[in-house]
Amino acid sequence: MKTSSAVKKTRSTSSSRSGKQRSGAHWIKLDAQGVYYKDLNRQIRSLALQGDRRFEIHNVFGQRYLGTNLWGIEGRDRIVIRVYGTPGSDMGAFMDGPRIEVFGNAQDATGNTMNCGQIAIHGSAGDVLGYGMRGGEIYVRDNVGYRVGIHMKEYRDKIPTVVIGGTMQDFFGEYMAGGRIIVLNKFFADNPPVRRSYFIGTGMHGGNIYVRGDVDLHQIGAEVGIASPTDAEWKIIEKYVHNFCKVFGLEENKAKLLKRHKFTRLYAKSSRPYGRLYAY
Amino acid sequence: MKDLSKVNNPYNDEKVISQCSIFGMMSTVGELFSGKAIITAVANMHDRGNGLGGGFAIYGCYPDRSEDYCLQIMFNTRVSREETEVYLKRFFHINHAEEIPTFPTKAIKNPPDVWRYFVQPKLEELHEIISEDDVVTRRVFTINTTLEGAYVFSSGKNMGVFKGVGFPEEIAEYFGLEHYQGYIWTAHGRFPTNTQGWWGGAHPFSLLDWTVVHNGEISSYGANRRFLEMYDYVCSMHTDTEVVAYAVDLLARRHGLPVEVVMDIFSPPVWEQIDRMGPEERVYFEALRNTYGPLLLNGPFAIIVAHHGEMVAHTDRIRLRPMVAGIRGDMVYASSEESAIRLVSPQLDRVWIPVGGHPIIARIKDTPGQEVVKGGRELDKGEKAEEFPTC
Amino acid sequence: MLTSLLPEFTVDRSEDRCIQCRVCERQCSFDVFGYDGENNVMVHREENCVACQRCSVLCPTNALVIRENQYTYRPNANWTREYIQDLKKQAETGGVLLTGMGCDKPHKIYWDHILINASQVTNPSIDPLREPMELRTHLGRKPDQLEMVDGKLVLPDYPNVEISTPIMFGAMSYGAISYNSFRCLARAAFEYGTMFNTGEGGWPMELRKYGKSTIVQCASGRFGLDLEYFNDAAVVEIKIGQGAKPGIGGHLPGEKVSEHISQTRMIPEGSDAISPAPHHDIYSIEDLHMLIHAIKEAVDYQKPVSVKISAVHNAPAIASGMVRAGADIIVLDGLRGGTGAAPKILRDNVGIPIELALAAVDTRLRNEGIRNWASLVVSGGIRNSADIFKAIALGADAVYIGTPALMALGCTVCQKCYTGKCAWGITTQDPYLTKRVNPEIGTQNLKNLLRAWSLEIKELLGCGGINSIESLRGNRLQLRGIGLESWELEALGIRGAGQ
Repeated sequence: MKTSSAVKKTRSTSSSRSGKQRSGAHWIKLDAQGVYYKDLNRQIRSLALQGDRRFEIHNVFGQRYLGTNLWGIEGRDRIVIRVYGTPGSDMGAFMDGPRIEVFGNAQDATGNTMNCGQIAIHGSAGDVLGYGMRGGEIYVRDNVGYRVGIHMKEYRDKIPTVVIGGTMQDFFGEYMAGGRIIVLNKFFADNPPVRRSYFIGTGMHGGNIYVRGDVDLHQIGAEVGIASPTDAEWKIIEKYVHNFCKVFGLEENKAKLLKRHKFTRLYAKSSRPYGRLYAY
Repeated sequence: MKDLSKVNNPYNDEKVISQCSIFGMMSTVGELFSGKAIITAVANMHDRGNGLGGGFAIYGCYPDRSEDYCLQIMFNTRVSREETEVYLKRFFHINHAEEIPTFPTKAIKNPPDVWRYFVQPKLEELHEIISEDDVVTRRVFTINTTLEGAYVFSSGKNMGVFKGVGFPEEIAEYFGLEHYQGYIWTAHGRFPTNTQGWWGGAHPFSLLDWTVVHNGEISSYGANRRFLEMYDYVCSMHTDTEVVAYAVDLLARRHGLPVEVVMDIFSPPVWEQIDRMGPEERVYFEALRNTYGPLLLNGPFAIIVAHHGEMVAHTDRIRLRPMVAGIRGDMVYASSEESAIRLVSPQLDRVWIPVGGHPIIARIKDTPGQEVVKGGRELDKGEKAEEFPTC
Repeated sequence: MLTSLLPEFTVDRSEDRCIQCRVCERQCSFDVFGYDGENNVMVHREENCVACQRCSVLCPTNALVIRENQYTYRPNANWTREYIQDLKKQAETGGVLLTGMGCDKPHKIYWDHILINASQVTNPSIDPLREPMELRTHLGRKPDQLEMVDGKLVLPDYPNVEISTPIMFGAMSYGAISYNSFRCLARAAFEYGTMFNTGEGGWPMELRKYGKSTIVQCASGRFGLDLEYFNDAAVVEIKIGQGAKPGIGGHLPGEKVSEHISQTRMIPEGSDAISPAPHHDIYSIEDLHMLIHAIKEAVDYQKPVSVKISAVHNAPAIASGMVRAGADIIVLDGLRGGTGAAPKILRDNVGIPIELALAAVDTRLRNEGIRNWASLVVSGGIRNSADIFKAIALGADAVYIGTPALMALGCTVCQKCYTGKCAWGITTQDPYLTKRVNPEIGTQNLKNLLRAWSLEIKELLGCGGINSIESLRGNRLQLRGIGLESWELEALGIRGAGQ
């Protein structure tokens, strides 16, 4: 981003600028054209601190760390940020509560070490989505890049979930320690065919990956087992596919997507994959 | 030891490390366009660089002298220029020489003098049969390794490299690049992990009309370099990008391999994958890896390689550096970030993340209606489209 | 059971002194001792002994002496006993050899080849007991210059943290060390006014009250890491590498992941805690820039961000890149830096000594005019206060100590941390063993160590006629080399003794 230091324009639809606590019910429109990420994020934080909860950001071209700095704001789980354009990398990094919806494609490291909240991308996302993710939900309508879901982890009822409408690339779910990823292998947008992915789940020692379609043994890591989803898991898959279709307005596809026999479950064969690697 | 304090590695590091943003755009019908868009695009990735290097390569920018080699040279001092010109006059017919116009800005500090010479090599004095390209290459190496304070940073026909220390948008302003026209532009914003004021270290790196911009650190640098030295390349800049440029020159120009094969040498599939291929492809890759194994580029990289008529975007085989490709009409884009492409072309016919180790190749169209890019097929060798588990 | 190995140590028991109280049996966590009731004698399984000396120290009658096994293979300068034994272990298991603590190979220790100056006649030495003597240190970026506007100084807005002595406790995670040990470090740092580092095993809630003395780590496994974790701490440190095992990740075996550790790391009980080798969002220097700024956004630019690497060949260039990428503190961990578990082959062969890395990095940053953009902290091989003094004179702002801190808690550097059986209760999660670190005594011992070393540094400063640590920082004229070759003197940027 170039060095513009101030947020150029803040068009606000707000009619009540009296400085009183705002209800946050109306949408605040921000124009991010030429605005440096630091200034954009600061402005969102300061508006959120004043009570605004809904943001529409237009002309986003690569501004990073959207949603990262909203820590400690009371009621941050009601914050919604709609992004029009191409947000920068590390969108929602460490995010703790807000919801981000992107109308376009996201770049790399979306939802990095995310704790809580929701991200929905009406398009594709780049590499390393959901790295170290610990909670919350990410929905991607189309495809994702390399190393997605790497080292996701879960603790008790805090189970991060990623749903991908299209396909993934190599090292998917590498080192995965918990959480769930659902891959629907369905092209909703006009996308070229993508090759198979390899090294799926290498080093996986927790969590589950559900792929709609077959997965060959040579595509997966040595630590990964192949099975079918259990009844309990199927309920979870149904729930998240339902959410997925709702988020992207694809309800008419739901029945076609939810054919249980098509789903493959990839799981960690052991929570201790490297027990026999060492000499003592 | 040659003093190149302005243009060379001042700490004499064995290897200079730098990473960055890269951007390339090409009109596949050869239409010329100005540098405005690419300057905007690469400036949008400002934070990927740190102001210690920026540069551009432009193809088609000297149409009036398109038959001459254009040597663009940085000089530390007036004396070094005079000495170099004596050398040039001895070995070249100089058809035109001029100082490259610059527009001093606050951001650009302590620049070297930069000149360009449109030349033809003198072949009559040689007692061997050797191509013009080889003669020029040899002279460029001689200048770069022996002539005090001089560095040839561009040596192709009808193309030019412009680079220096600063953010790319500052370098563009310094050289007034919005006034140049070209049909391929590549750009680079650099984040070296050391060294101030080292103009030679900026990208693109080039030899003849081949240029390379590069993001990443090639861990196999030592092995690649020693292999190339066997073929008489002198890696005077100590950067991995220089090594890529020379490897392309060796494989594509001297060994005559098509660019697809060159890229397969740089990022071949892993052996396990090769084992699963059909016999024809297996022997192909076995031969490449056995012969050119020392040129496997190991470690994270994304590169855009260009020469006349072709722009290639390529990544390492496990794709550790980002690359996004986009198409709009006859224009092809490649970038570290999609947002930079969108900024200059909000509407795209297609935008995608290429598969690691599979090059995206944009070529001048021979016939209208031809595919704008080769690559992006994105099935692995030995894999059939119908096998792909779509639902 | 390994079959063809000689015991490394022998247990000499004086039967005259032994009263068969079986303390040794209860204290040994490596199962060396047994009691033969029929004959009322203690029996030994010497092949299990690691020479941690727990038994001999606690033996009430001093009946035990643990010594190196005198049996030897045929002397061979090439095939030493260590290499023969290692090879046999691997032939029997097919595994990677693990070890703990830092490199124990006799690579040159440069601290021991550096001598310190003193004032004589031309300037007075200072008595630190009666004159002011300042060790207070601030870590964080410093501005290039200050500005006066309308007669008022514009205050710099880079966040800095203050420590009362340039000695901090290095990163050791809860998991690698026991809860009591972790708590002692946290409390001692807090009470003494310095910093301790959580490592990447999370940070128990009840210890957050020590936040102003806490550096939290963001490493590749991202364990127990959320925005609260960042914001409760004083400094956030991105860990790229560790001197004992540059270039590889960590691995806390599932059996060590107890309920409390599981809660702290936020992973299921009994599951392996694997830290990948790299951060998968950092494959390049501009990616480091991105993570540094993600963290700065997350803490609203209120806290310094530190980046730690292991000392490697290209450290100066990398350090320059780290500083330019926005690191406020950079940490170099040298070849001899410790670890809870590392492949032995890496520990002993990868990296460079901290003295050389420190000198090279400080010099490079100064040459580039960016030394004040970041503080420089070094670790890995500090053994006493003179080492610290020399490190600061070479250019460090402060040091981390790991192994010395554990030694204050009882550690005897037996290098068996990775077994989880630490008889001193430090690198174990076995509740029977962890009780051996008394939180009160442990905290006190750590504070004693800080105090003693700080006093000694003051003495050394005093004899050089300097009364503030900042006048020592980078003051290489205070140092001379001895027994060093000219390239070594040049690398350290010091002159030879007598020059």
